This record gives sequence, structure tokens and C-alpha cells, in this order.
Amino acid sequence: MAKAQQIEGGMDYLMTLPKRVVNVYIPLVVFLIVLLFPFYWMVITTFKPNQELYNLDTGNPFWIIEPTLDHVRKLLFDTPFPSWFWTTMVVSVASTFLSLFASVCAAYAIQRLRFKGSDGVGASIFLAYLVPPAILFIPLATMVFNLGIFDTKWALILTYPTFLVPFATWLLMGYFKTIPYELEECALIDGASRLQILIKIILPLSVPGLISAGIFAFTLSWNEFIYALTFISSTENKTIPVGVITELVEGDVFHWGSLMAGALLGSLPVAILYSFFVEHYVSSMTGAIKE
Amino acid sequence: MPPQDTATRIAEIPEPSRLSRLLNNRNFLGFVFMLPLAALLVVFLAYPLGLGTWLGFTDQRIGRPGVYIGWDNYISLFDDSVFWLSVFNTVFYTVVASVFKFGLGLWLALVLNNRVPFQALIRAIVLLPWIVPTVLSAIAFWWIYDSQFSIISWSLVKLGLIDQFIDFLGEEWWARTSVIIANVWRGIPFVAISLLAGLQTISPSLYEAAVLDGATPWQRFRYVTFPQLTPIIAVVMTFSVIFTFSDFQLIYVLTRGGPLNSTHLMATLAFQRAIPGGNLGEGAALATAMIPILAGAILISFFGLQKRKWQA
Repeated sequence: MAKAQQIEGGMDYLMTLPKRVVNVYIPLVVFLIVLLFPFYWMVITTFKPNQELYNLDTGNPFWIIEPTLDHVRKLLFDTPFPSWFWTTMVVSVASTFLSLFASVCAAYAIQRLRFKGSDGVGASIFLAYLVPPAILFIPLATMVFNLGIFDTKWALILTYPTFLVPFATWLLMGYFKTIPYELEECALIDGASRLQILIKIILPLSVPGLISAGIFAFTLSWNEFIYALTFISSTENKTIPVGVITELVEGDVFHWGSLMAGALLGSLPVAILYSFFVEHYVSSMTGAIKE
Repeated sequence: MPPQDTATRIAEIPEPSRLSRLLNNRNFLGFVFMLPLAALLVVFLAYPLGLGTWLGFTDQRIGRPGVYIGWDNYISLFDDSVFWLSVFNTVFYTVVASVFKFGLGLWLALVLNNRVPFQALIRAIVLLPWIVPTVLSAIAFWWIYDSQFSIISWSLVKLGLIDQFIDFLGEEWWARTSVIIANVWRGIPFVAISLLAGLQTISPSLYEAAVLDGATPWQRFRYVTFPQLTPIIAVVMTFSVIFTFSDFQLIYVLTRGGPLNSTHLMATLAFQRAIPGGNLGEGAALATAMIPILAGAILISFFGLQKRKWQA
């Protein structure tokens, strides 16, 4: 047991305890505090009554004296937040499934069919990954307008895959590569078509990869901002990030409590999804890089 | 199965029809399978990329089709001091934020590579800033940087380090520093977790050999860890540079380019000119002007960092 731990911990046994405290624990604690403080502040602000928010000297500002649900209630019942939530959910789910469908087909074709020029296609998909939305949003805005889908969910569902598909395809290509060819050959000899092979053999074996690509795509869609800001104009069609920042800020009067409640509730779905699939997130993030 | 049996079976197979031959042709199938992805990327990525370049040569405004005006947009941008300020801001923002993200991210990765209690939980928490929507975490920073109710200013005043509250987003260099800090905060987890994955692939036997040869911890890092990590560093930093360079959300929430355009990045300036300003042509020219600089940044970060691998 002790030996196993030594191997797992690498060369840790060379470090004495005081040295470990200085080299590992202190930096770790500082990093964690800095990385978590904005979230802590978000939560604290959400449940603080206004008199504590706007007078830091009433007590200890790092703590809440009289917690209140006023800001959350105002957000849920006096603002279109629920409809933003619905829009964001529909758009994220739809664009994720659209992207997964396109990516699965493409990754299978590139990785397993090995058609003429498949390497070149794979490389150009990687290049598509490098084009940031900030360059595309102006021409896309004119296109969306001319297509008549301006200010509708379709504007977002159809444009989000441009930044989801390249990543998802690369991730799935990596996954498909690990599936042995023999399985496919057996199925071909038994008379299965390529489509049957994809649906009945490849997909069931790559479920972890599909989950990774799916939750990652969902998170990216949920977080998207510039397209949603540009293509959506009516209040009730906005997504959460756009709605919170454009509608909850009324002139010079900032309702910090409900603004922060919006930020908190808008972050919760991805945070919850994340907490269930941490390993998938890490593997998809690092997997796409290692390719 | 006896051999003669197989032979009769093969003889019985009819000549495949043209359709089924087509469906077994890998080039044709590849084409069909590629269609959905190709349609999405051609229509919504390649075409807009070309359209954007074209729009940059027109005077199109919102609600009015434009005509070709040659290089006029670029010429007026060339004389525009705000444009040059945004170029400076973008390069400054990208370089400073990337350096800090790399330094702190690598440090955090090295710390996390030690065996500590609750390792999985800590790793999960570290990635949190990167998962949460940027706009929403930026709102938290906005409040933290507030000129009247900033908790940082309050704490510093209580500690007796400063006399009055700092106007984090209201003064030029404070604003630049503040947005960079928020960007670094969000970027560290990505760099750290990616590099940690790279660190974990380095074979412990290399370190053991180095220790036996009497290498100091710094030498172990410099001659074992770093060379082994360079390929991953190159890729991670390339992505980090792309995302930082084209950042929009943080600036839009925190400063909208102010004060006095001191935090305007090329992306936010393009948005401001094109959408609220209505001048699509000029905005498109600005966005197109990002491409060569971005390509240069990608080349530097990718090949510049990768070079060490070939030298070693």
C-alpha cells in the first residue's frame, strides 16, 4: 500500500513537511481563494439586503447579517428572466444536437471511411476552429437579416454550430480512432451497411466521447455572447448572458442584488452539469488539445 | 464451416446493383457523411468570412445596401487614432494577459501535480471559473471593481494602505489592469488543467534518473519538465492567445471600451462601429484587419514555442 502511494505521488517522498507547506499548500490555498472569491461575492451579494449592499460599514461586508430573497424574487417575477432561461435552454440543446449529428457523421467519414482527401478535410476543420466569432459576427448579422431569421431562435441555433462543430469533430475523431477496426470488418462481412455500423457498433462504443462533446458543446452555447447580442433584439427572445447585462441595467441605477442573482442563477445550470461530469469536461478539454 | 460450402455461397451472390455498389464506395459515402458538417461550415463560416472581407470594401450601413468604395474604409481607419489605440490595446491586452496566464497557470499545474488531499475535488473547483459564462462572472468583477462599493478598495482602506477608494474602471491604466486581471482569472484554469494533463504523462523514471544524477529541483524543472511539456504549451498558449485576442465579453461588460477608449479592443470597436453605430462596412473592415494580426500572433505562439522541441 505504501509503495503504491509512493508511485502514485511521484517524487513527493523527497519533500519534507515544512517544505511541502511552503511549496504546495500555501500557493494552493491562495489560488483557491482567488479563483473562488468572485463566486463567493456573487452569492453574498445575491442574498444581501440593499441597506447592507450600499453601506459597507454596517457590519462585516464579507458576511450577511440579514439574508433576504428579495433580489431573487424580483428577478424571477418582475423581469423576463424565466423566458431568457427558456430561450437559452432551447438554443443550447438544439445547437448541441445539431452539432453532434454533423460531427458524428463527419468524424466517422474522416476517421473510418478514409475517403480521398480525408486528411485535408480534417486539417481544414481544425483551421475552422481557429476563426473567432468576433471576426464573423458582422457578415453573419447581414446574412441572418437577409434570411429572415433575425431576432428568432433559429439565428442562434444555426450559427452556434460554427464554433461547436470543429471542436466536437476533432474530439470524436480521437474517440473513433480507439475503436478496433476488426469490429467493423466483422460487421461488413456479415453484410451490415456503413450506416448500420455507425449506429449499432461505433456509436454505442463511443458514448463517453459523445457525452464529453455534448456537455462541452452545451456549455459553450450557454456561454455564447456576441452572436446573441447581435442577432436578437426583442427583450423576451434574449439569452441569459445578454438579457442580464442589457435589461437589468436600467440607466444609471444598477440593481446590483438582482443583477447578481441573475448571474448566479444563470451560472447554476452549467455548474450543476459540470459537477456531474467533471471527468468528461477534463478529458474533452485535454483530449482536444492532445490530438 | 466446410470450405466447399463457402464456395457455393460465393457463387450464389448476385452481381451487386449499381446502387449498392455506390453505397459501398467509400468516396461517395464519405461525401454523403460529410454533407451536414460541410453545409454548416460553408454557409455559416467560410461564406461569412468572404462576405466580411467584401463588406469591408463597401459603405454598407444597417438598413441600406452598400456600394463598392475600394480601400476607403481602410484609409479612414489608418487615419483614425482610436483604431490605432485599439490595436495597441489589443496587443497589450493579449501579450500581458497571456504571459500572466501562462506563468500562473504553469505554477498552479505544478502545484496540483503534487499529491494533496481532496485532489479530485480541488481540480474540479479550479476549473470552475472557466465553465461559468464569462459575462456572468464579469458581472461579479464589475461589482468588485465598483467605484463606490468595491470590496477591494474597502479592505485596502481598512488596512490603512490607501486613503480613498480606487476608481478601478474609471481611470485609464487602472481600467486596463482591471480587465486584464479579470481575463487572467478566467484563463488560468484552462492553462493549468491542460498543462496538468501534460505533466501527468511525463514518466517518473526521468525524474528519478535526474535525482540520481544530482539534479536540483530547478534543474529537474528546466531540463526534464519544461522540454517534455513544450508541445502542449505551444498548443495551449496558441488557443489562449486566440481567445484573448478576440475577447469581447469581458470588455463589453466591464468598460464598453472606456474610459476614453483606453480599453477598446479591436473586437469591441468593430462591434461599436457596426451595430450600435450602424456602419457595417467600417466594422467589417476593422474585423478583417484583425485577421493578419491574429495570424501573426498564432504563428509566433505556435512556432515560437514549438521551436525548442526541434532544438533539443
